[in-house]
Amino acid sequence: MRLRTTLAVGSLLLLLTGCGAADMTKQASPFANARGAKTVTLSVQSWVGAQSNVAVAQYLLEHKLGYRVDTVQVDEVPAWDALSQGRVDALLEDWGHPDQEKRYVTDKKTITRAGDLGVTGHIGWYVPTYLVKQHPDITNWKNLNKYASLFRTPESGGKGQLMDGSPSYVTNDKALVKNLKLDYQVVFAGSEAAQITQMKQFAKEKKPFLTYWYSPQWLFKKVPMTEVKLPPYKEGCDADPAKITCSYPHTPLQKFLNADFVKSGGKAAAFLKNFKWTTEDQNEVSLMIADQKLSPQDAARKWVDSHPEVWKKWLS
Amino acid sequence: MATLTVPNATATARPRVLRSRAAGKLLLLALLTAVLLPFLGRWGNGAWPHALTVDLTKPLTTASDWIIDNRDSHPLFLYFFGYVSDAVVLSVRAVYLTLLAAGWPGVTVFAALVAWRVAGVRLAAGTAVAFLACGVLGMWVPTMQTLALMVVAVLVSVVVGALLGLAGGLSERLDRALRPVLDTMQVLPAFAYLLPVVLVFGIGVPAAVLATVVYAAPPMARLTALGLRGADPEVLEAVESLGATRRQRLLTARIPLARKELLLGLNQTIMMALSMAVIASVIGAGGLGDRVYQALASVDVGAALAAGIPIVLLAVVLDRVTAAAGSGAEAADQRPRAIGWLYALAATVAVALAARLLTALDWPSGATVNIAEPVNRAVDWMTSHLYSGVPVIGGTADWAGHFTTWVLDPVRDGLQWLPWWSVLLVVAALAWLIGTWRTALTAVLAMAAIGVLGVWEPSLDTLSQVLAAVAVTLVLGFATGVAAARSDRVERVLRPVLDVFQTMPQFVYLIPVVALFGVGRAPAVAAAVVYALPAVVRITAQGLRQVDPAALESARSLGATGRQQLWQVQLPLARRSLLLAVNQGVVLVLAVVIIGGLVGGGALGYNAVFGLAQGDLATGLVAGAAIVCLGLMLDRVTQPTERRTRKGA
Repeated sequence: MRLRTTLAVGSLLLLLTGCGAADMTKQASPFANARGAKTVTLSVQSWVGAQSNVAVAQYLLEHKLGYRVDTVQVDEVPAWDALSQGRVDALLEDWGHPDQEKRYVTDKKTITRAGDLGVTGHIGWYVPTYLVKQHPDITNWKNLNKYASLFRTPESGGKGQLMDGSPSYVTNDKALVKNLKLDYQVVFAGSEAAQITQMKQFAKEKKPFLTYWYSPQWLFKKVPMTEVKLPPYKEGCDADPAKITCSYPHTPLQKFLNADFVKSGGKAAAFLKNFKWTTEDQNEVSLMIADQKLSPQDAARKWVDSHPEVWKKWLS
Repeated sequence: MATLTVPNATATARPRVLRSRAAGKLLLLALLTAVLLPFLGRWGNGAWPHALTVDLTKPLTTASDWIIDNRDSHPLFLYFFGYVSDAVVLSVRAVYLTLLAAGWPGVTVFAALVAWRVAGVRLAAGTAVAFLACGVLGMWVPTMQTLALMVVAVLVSVVVGALLGLAGGLSERLDRALRPVLDTMQVLPAFAYLLPVVLVFGIGVPAAVLATVVYAAPPMARLTALGLRGADPEVLEAVESLGATRRQRLLTARIPLARKELLLGLNQTIMMALSMAVIASVIGAGGLGDRVYQALASVDVGAALAAGIPIVLLAVVLDRVTAAAGSGAEAADQRPRAIGWLYALAATVAVALAARLLTALDWPSGATVNIAEPVNRAVDWMTSHLYSGVPVIGGTADWAGHFTTWVLDPVRDGLQWLPWWSVLLVVAALAWLIGTWRTALTAVLAMAAIGVLGVWEPSLDTLSQVLAAVAVTLVLGFATGVAAARSDRVERVLRPVLDVFQTMPQFVYLIPVVALFGVGRAPAVAAAVVYALPAVVRITAQGLRQVDPAALESARSLGATGRQQLWQVQLPLARRSLLLAVNQGVVLVLAVVIIGGLVGGGALGYNAVFGLAQGDLATGLVAGAAIVCLGLMLDRVTQPTERRTRKGA
């Protein structure tokens, strides 16, 4: 890490002499490594699962390995860019971005794969389970048009509302609604936070709703939901996003590290490569953060104290 | 920020002449339409015709790919942008390390001493309390990060702005070229600036600082030019007659005479930089804004508030101290200032060293108060009791629902139903009636550009939100403004509230509205109303108060009641101020409605957020350009013929 500071100072000297190149793709955050501490910068994505990964990694890096950890909130796609430039060192939960992977990992080699996170992600359309009890056939997409009037809201006009979340998430919903000829309007909540607030309010009043959602997600414990079956996913059926008619795949979530960080990051890089846990572990931390409103640090400490057998392996 | 120049309402309206002129303009427009309609009608009478759009997706995607692929190899990046970026990172880092080295005692003492030298004991105490509060809330390090970024951004903005202003102040031709550009830059929503810099610099601090500079430099430039041009000609002549050279005249007479404007420019630049530094957290600025953004992402209103309060405190302190420096500029200068500054610096170093010896540089981790939890409990209580099902009046969510169904939907559908050419016609008519044919032309071209970009429908959606929010703002703002103008007591109570609301960065408003109104367009509108209200109230009250007392007196002697005085004397005479209030309201509302994309506002704001979040520059840049055009159009449509210094926000 000190190398980067030297690089930065060096480029200033070059600037003064008026020659040489300044490569801004090799630049750390100005807030990193303050006062000589070894710093790792982790990118956080907006969903709580990603916060849990980062919270536990941060806790262990700080308390077991003696690093200083900075976190930066970046959405997934910009996080790839930031990772490539070394402004963040790690992306701990990626839901599959083949374009970016080809560009940065295969072509430019500025990002290195760091293995599975151990959690499998799945995106889908969900309805609350209390609604399924009333209308058991609602869980098939072919019957959705029949129930469109149930899902009408002020924002969706005359159609049923399919609620989507943050603009940063992977979604084909607009194309799906169009290609499957559904009488629905995709309404974007603008952020996951807004979407969760809305779902909780609906659930409290036992109102029907149809939403884009994903697992693992802690909210299933609070609001039980059932997935609506879309036409099944087959390899390559999502090749053309405009013509898509199939559901979302099951994605083993991946970790990625900055290529220079892998070389110079020492123990921290090795630790982040070894970091691997299960859906249940992640959910446990997520529930503490999102539902019991523990701060991420406290939640991470609780989990670390009670699961030494899991994380001990990561440190070796 | 707190200073607004309101035009004197001396221009007496001449209704008959005005009416006939207005009628003439309308007639001409109608004629023009009648002639052009057969041609325009060819493209249909619905939304903007597809044949007239230009699809920029492909070139923009190619451009963004090219930039990403060549960022580490092309000479333009290596030898220019790279250095810019490096310089920003190095200077922010230097300031940040200095702040950390001074530790919390050093920074607090230094800030308090500066406030004391500039603005007196009371503000010094206030400053110290504000900084300590940042520490108590557990936000010391993020506050220092924001401060470091701000210091660099403000310094650069001031230098750039002062140079531009100097050029404009000295050269007539440059002034004429610069002024429309600067005027326009000031009405643009902050969000529109983010995408272009991200394209070049990527996510991170350099992009954030540069976006801030672009946003915050214009007021400095405008006010510098204004100050230089406004210098008393007699004084200048006197100096000239003493045989001073051009350069001496500038340094000894014009710049000192413009001191008040320069300090006002500094004040506005600081406030705008703070506002932007917070919004720039969306592109990785870090610091306090990032904390608000993260908390907003998990609906943690308490945590968002804990980061929001330091922002507000910082804003209020910076505003007061620089404003005091501006108003005290003429009075002071008796004390030997340099020595005082020396003492201040020495005291800071002494405190910092003492703290270092006692190893108390970091804020003591035990001395923080966690306000997140009680606040969240209060919010939970509020949402469960106010959100819905309140007897008779309904809950806030019900209001939001009704507002969406009964106001926002009809306005949006109405706008989107209008034939595209008639929208242009309405824009032209409004702009021409209030302004000149130039402003009307700009407005129409801006609106047409939106159509050409292919974002006609989302732009009208955004426009409908703006119109609804402006209507609510004006009703509330005029009512409050009238009350404040008629009663000193009301004004005394309102003033501090308005001051605080006016200095808060736009981002902070998003937190409470989500808790109260849920997700959708209604909360975006609510945030916009709250943000724009103070300016409207203040301008209205000032305008009404400046109405010629003689006119009021004569009306009273004729036996007019209070109500008659208001409707028939004060309001007509204050017409120009009211128009200015409308203009301000529209510009401020637009800025927040766009940010409302983060809470479900949809339309252009959503596209801009989407572009940033997905790195999809085609969507984001087009939305940004449309926002610019919409801002331009709205400003021109509501622009009174003469321009005045505006609230920098």
